[in-house]
Amino acid sequence: MSPTNWVQIAAVVVLLAISTPLLGNYMAKVYGKEKAPGDRFFLPIERFIYRICGIDAEGEQRWSIYVISMLVFTLLGTLALYLILRVQGHLPFNADSQKGVAPDLSFNTAISFATNTNWQNYAGETAMSHLSQMFGLVVKQFVSAAVGMALAVAFIRALVRRRRTTLGSFWVDTVRSITRILLPITFVFAIVFMSQGAIQNFHATKTVQTVATQTVDSKGQVTRTQSVPGGPVASMVPIEGLGDNGGGAFNANGAHPYQLPNPISSTLYIWLALMIPFAFPWTFGKMIGSLRQGFVVLTAMVVLFSVGLFIAAGVEGAGNPKFPKGVSQAATASHPGGNLEGKDTRLGVGLSTLDANSITATSTGTTNSAHESFLPVGGTVPLFQIMLGEVDPGGTGTGLYGMLILVFISVFIAGLMVGRTPEYLGKKIQARETKLAAVYILVLPFTVLVFSAVAIVITPGLKSLSASGPHGLTELVYAYTSQAHNNGSAFAGITGDTMLYNITGGVTMLIGRFALIIAALAIAGSLVRKRAVPVTAGTLRTDTPLFTGLLIVVTIIVTGLTYFPVLALGPLAEHFSGGF
Amino acid sequence: MPTDTIAVPPPAPPEEDHFPHRHAPGQRPFDPVVIRQALVQTFTKLTPWHMVKAPVLFVVYIGSIWSTVLFVRDFSSNSSSDNVFSALVVAFVWFVVLFGNFAEALAEGRGKAQANSLRKARAETVAHVLQPDGSTVDKPSTKLEVGERVRVEASEVIPGDGDVVQGMALVDESAITGESAPVIRESGGDRSAVTGGTRVLSDRIVVTITTPPGETFLDRMIALVEGADRRKTPNEVALLVLLVGLTLIFVMAVATLQPFAIYSGAHQSVIVLVALVVALSPTTIGALLSAIGIAGMDRMVQRNVLAMSGRAVEAAGDVSTLLLDKTGTITYGNRMASEFVPVGGHEELELARVVLLSSLADETPEGRSIVELCETRYELTPVDMPGAELVPFTAQTRMSGIEWDHRSIRKGAADAVQRWVEERGGQVPPDLAPVVEGIATGGGTPLVVAEGSNVLGVIHLKDTVKPGIGSQFAAMRTLGIRTVMVTGDNPLTAAAIEKEAGVDESMAEATPEDKMDRIRAEQAGGRLVAMTGDGTNDAPALALADVGVAMNTGTQAAKEAGNMVDLDSDPTKLMDIVEVGKQLLITRGSLTTFSITNDVAKYFVIIPAMFYAVFPKLSDIDILRLHNPHAAIVSAMIFNAIIILFLIPLALRGVKFKAMNATAQLRRNLLIFGVGGFITPFILIKLIDLLIIGPLGVH
Repeated sequence: MSPTNWVQIAAVVVLLAISTPLLGNYMAKVYGKEKAPGDRFFLPIERFIYRICGIDAEGEQRWSIYVISMLVFTLLGTLALYLILRVQGHLPFNADSQKGVAPDLSFNTAISFATNTNWQNYAGETAMSHLSQMFGLVVKQFVSAAVGMALAVAFIRALVRRRRTTLGSFWVDTVRSITRILLPITFVFAIVFMSQGAIQNFHATKTVQTVATQTVDSKGQVTRTQSVPGGPVASMVPIEGLGDNGGGAFNANGAHPYQLPNPISSTLYIWLALMIPFAFPWTFGKMIGSLRQGFVVLTAMVVLFSVGLFIAAGVEGAGNPKFPKGVSQAATASHPGGNLEGKDTRLGVGLSTLDANSITATSTGTTNSAHESFLPVGGTVPLFQIMLGEVDPGGTGTGLYGMLILVFISVFIAGLMVGRTPEYLGKKIQARETKLAAVYILVLPFTVLVFSAVAIVITPGLKSLSASGPHGLTELVYAYTSQAHNNGSAFAGITGDTMLYNITGGVTMLIGRFALIIAALAIAGSLVRKRAVPVTAGTLRTDTPLFTGLLIVVTIIVTGLTYFPVLALGPLAEHFSGGF
Repeated sequence: MPTDTIAVPPPAPPEEDHFPHRHAPGQRPFDPVVIRQALVQTFTKLTPWHMVKAPVLFVVYIGSIWSTVLFVRDFSSNSSSDNVFSALVVAFVWFVVLFGNFAEALAEGRGKAQANSLRKARAETVAHVLQPDGSTVDKPSTKLEVGERVRVEASEVIPGDGDVVQGMALVDESAITGESAPVIRESGGDRSAVTGGTRVLSDRIVVTITTPPGETFLDRMIALVEGADRRKTPNEVALLVLLVGLTLIFVMAVATLQPFAIYSGAHQSVIVLVALVVALSPTTIGALLSAIGIAGMDRMVQRNVLAMSGRAVEAAGDVSTLLLDKTGTITYGNRMASEFVPVGGHEELELARVVLLSSLADETPEGRSIVELCETRYELTPVDMPGAELVPFTAQTRMSGIEWDHRSIRKGAADAVQRWVEERGGQVPPDLAPVVEGIATGGGTPLVVAEGSNVLGVIHLKDTVKPGIGSQFAAMRTLGIRTVMVTGDNPLTAAAIEKEAGVDESMAEATPEDKMDRIRAEQAGGRLVAMTGDGTNDAPALALADVGVAMNTGTQAAKEAGNMVDLDSDPTKLMDIVEVGKQLLITRGSLTTFSITNDVAKYFVIIPAMFYAVFPKLSDIDILRLHNPHAAIVSAMIFNAIIILFLIPLALRGVKFKAMNATAQLRRNLLIFGVGGFITPFILIKLIDLLIIGPLGVH
């Protein structure tokens, strides 16, 4: 890895060290009942929104109503997005005269953005009008992120409150997430990205004459033209990152110079993607009144994240072992070093693997390199990060409650070993919580494995793969894993815009989002009713390094045991057989 | 001895082992008879409707039947080496089921043996039912109705549960408690309850039947020790949910593995897939879960405690407050002499001599303790006192004494003795008042001793705390359990005993209502409360407490209200009960952890073996370097089955319990069962491959 890469990674660490406590404390205030900073400015705006939407700002909801509100809200939004995509040809802000998007692709895309997945079976520059991007996709990027945050807050309240039934108001939590957290930060960053060269316009695609040869076809015909797209990009990039959405305006996404023009933007973008998920455990600690408990969750996230980065950067940085001896892959002044296949030389191994690890450990999915071109072990890292359930640190809010459910599993297994029935923060983890936590943990592997197992043996499934053997299997499993876990990154290589993948992908995204949310909120609904058992010397301490270690091991084992067989036939077989 | 001021040996010697294990005949943990019966039941339990109660084992059961069918079907077409491999896999899949059944049968067997001996006591007897006119009509005990009055004579068996309404008798309750010393049962008061199946040794009593036949204490006891209507406890259900979830996902992971394998060109045989499911499913804990629960109840029975439900045993582990009656639990209840304090310049030995004379004829417990103190500390021997005249204690005089050989000796309340001395023209020495006051403030009772007109000194009587009880409270504190002493004493006395015994808190001048309020307050704060009780006025509190232990000597009402009955009627046992509860949960958690961490090694062994044909290099994962793919799978399957057998003793005895705080407890058990669970299979699988499978030539 080049020295620049080290500086960039260090920069992200420092920026996160600053933003985590600041944003964490701020969010705790935003979601608390007390006064929050900026009330004078935000309250009138929010009151106005509540009034026109008919929201009772004081009204609290039980878990079932909270979930139903979320479902109705999301469903209507998804439908609206589907319609916009279908009829975009007849709507304004369509400089490139894009036609309506096909039904199955619209289905997949609408669900994809509504579920915070942002899996894209299309290329933005050739499929989407500027209106679809702005009022369709970006709107969904804001609200789907806000919904995740609202759910996490409801989940935290279930642990804070005692013998109550309500978890807060879905509407208020969602609105405040947008007005007070997502909008202000993205506003600032839109300007920052523009200053770096991200574009913000409504231009049609321009065809320009280039000096260099662009393509030479098989008959020797030389083209010296290039299509230069326009669009409202700078306003999309910040929420794409901050909301852990990951769906970009262009096909090349994180590697497109109009989106993230330089390494500085790429570095800032990674910070954005990690900002809210890492702040949430802090917010959690604040809200439950024990920062130590928050640190345990945060530490587990940091450790799992760092191990992934360490492996990916290490493997990719060491270069391809199949290169002939004597060919140096070390970083020099003119060569970024390492395995550079499928990577942007401006970013090098460091920013590519940091991005790969960051956007799969969160639910972002904005790739700036081709994960398919990583070495087998390097490519396993982003896949495994998604398989972990995106909990280190995970999506906006979803990462926190995902990790807390793993905490419950850890508490359940280990808690018994101290001779008490399991409890977390004084709340007893009983049959109902265990059942729902088991559903939460198992539903995704179930979905991923069943859909992959079917697709891998039928012709339409196999036809989309670009590779055969273990690598082809990885492509396919990655596609379903990414969609089911609402990540949205692609391993690349697979042709996703087919009837089979559009429909099954859409279904897996729906299951991945809503089955999990319902299970998580049902747990919250059950926990909020419980009284809290006071802490004694006989209580399993969940704020110790020992428990942190346990949580990390449980997280890895729960995932590892489920996915190990398929990983063995995919990337591990590829690695050990050396067929790359 | 808690302090060196007490030199009196306690009336009842403390039990060295505070877990009195009393084994009924045939109840030794691994009695050959029990094992033989368990072996038979291992197979009779193989019916689907029984297997379905243990869902994890049920999956294995289905897998074993399926693989057996396939093995038989393909026997003739397979090569002999394939047949050897398949036979071994199928056999060890079956062993998982069989070992699970065996563990359960073994756990049940110990209770069954005891139930059988109890049944003998329940044999039908003839009841003499009293008629209104005073005559009796005989009818079988099984036909008795509630409210009928029966007469029981010496050497007859009491026909049913009831209350003594007339008379008093010595009753042999050994059939139920295992305690051979007879107990007194009398009408009225807290010793009126009698149990059907016990035998009257002397006298004659009239008993009102309070429980219909078939629901008596003995019947319930038989059902409990036998585990006839054992229901899964809440935590057991929750754990089972998690285990079933894990099993389901492994079934899915393996079922979907076949398409991936087909894609990779490595089609797998069903037997291998069954092997993988069985290896990965949490079979160890799945097979032992039921045995652990039964054994937990059984451990209570061995301590002579009958838990009416497994739920109560589980709750015992969660208890965070113990309400302990002072008398009988913390102290012996008698005021005993602890020291003699001379006043007015008299010698201690001189005082002791006089005290001895004053108390030789005193048959009260206090009197006896004084004599004992004289003998042990001052090495005085009782003298013969012909013609001595005892002056008994009365409420008016508030002192007792003796007239002998022209000597008048008195001991009693300070003011009474003072008056007596002054009447004889004596003077009270000035140092008497501070001594008396000092003893009273310390929670003790001062007895002033005088001879003639001379005040010689003071006997310090104190309520004696049971030796060793302080360390038990300290152990409870380590476990995060608060001990609260409940006493009718005044706050001063209560505070003194609180300090000496080392309880966390005391409730002085407590009424039964105070006790109820306290339980409610604790529960409102989320704490679980355990208490003991024997009187009828304890019944509401016993019912309210999360763990209410009724003494067997107590009233019928108390026994019905509590969720446990201590047959030894030893309130100190509350702390044992807590430990048994915790031990049960720890055993469950430890074996779950062990079972899950085992999977890692099994994966490392089985997966590369399965795909050896297509990806031979994948065997680099298999760090054990086993002989060959078939040997690897068979070794893993053998390990998977025999580990259950190895762990049966642990499941039945429970993981060793030590009082330590939760973090230390977790660290210890994680190290043994978590880390151990990672390492053990690697070692054992390698050994099995090296010593058994390799030499056998499985390939």
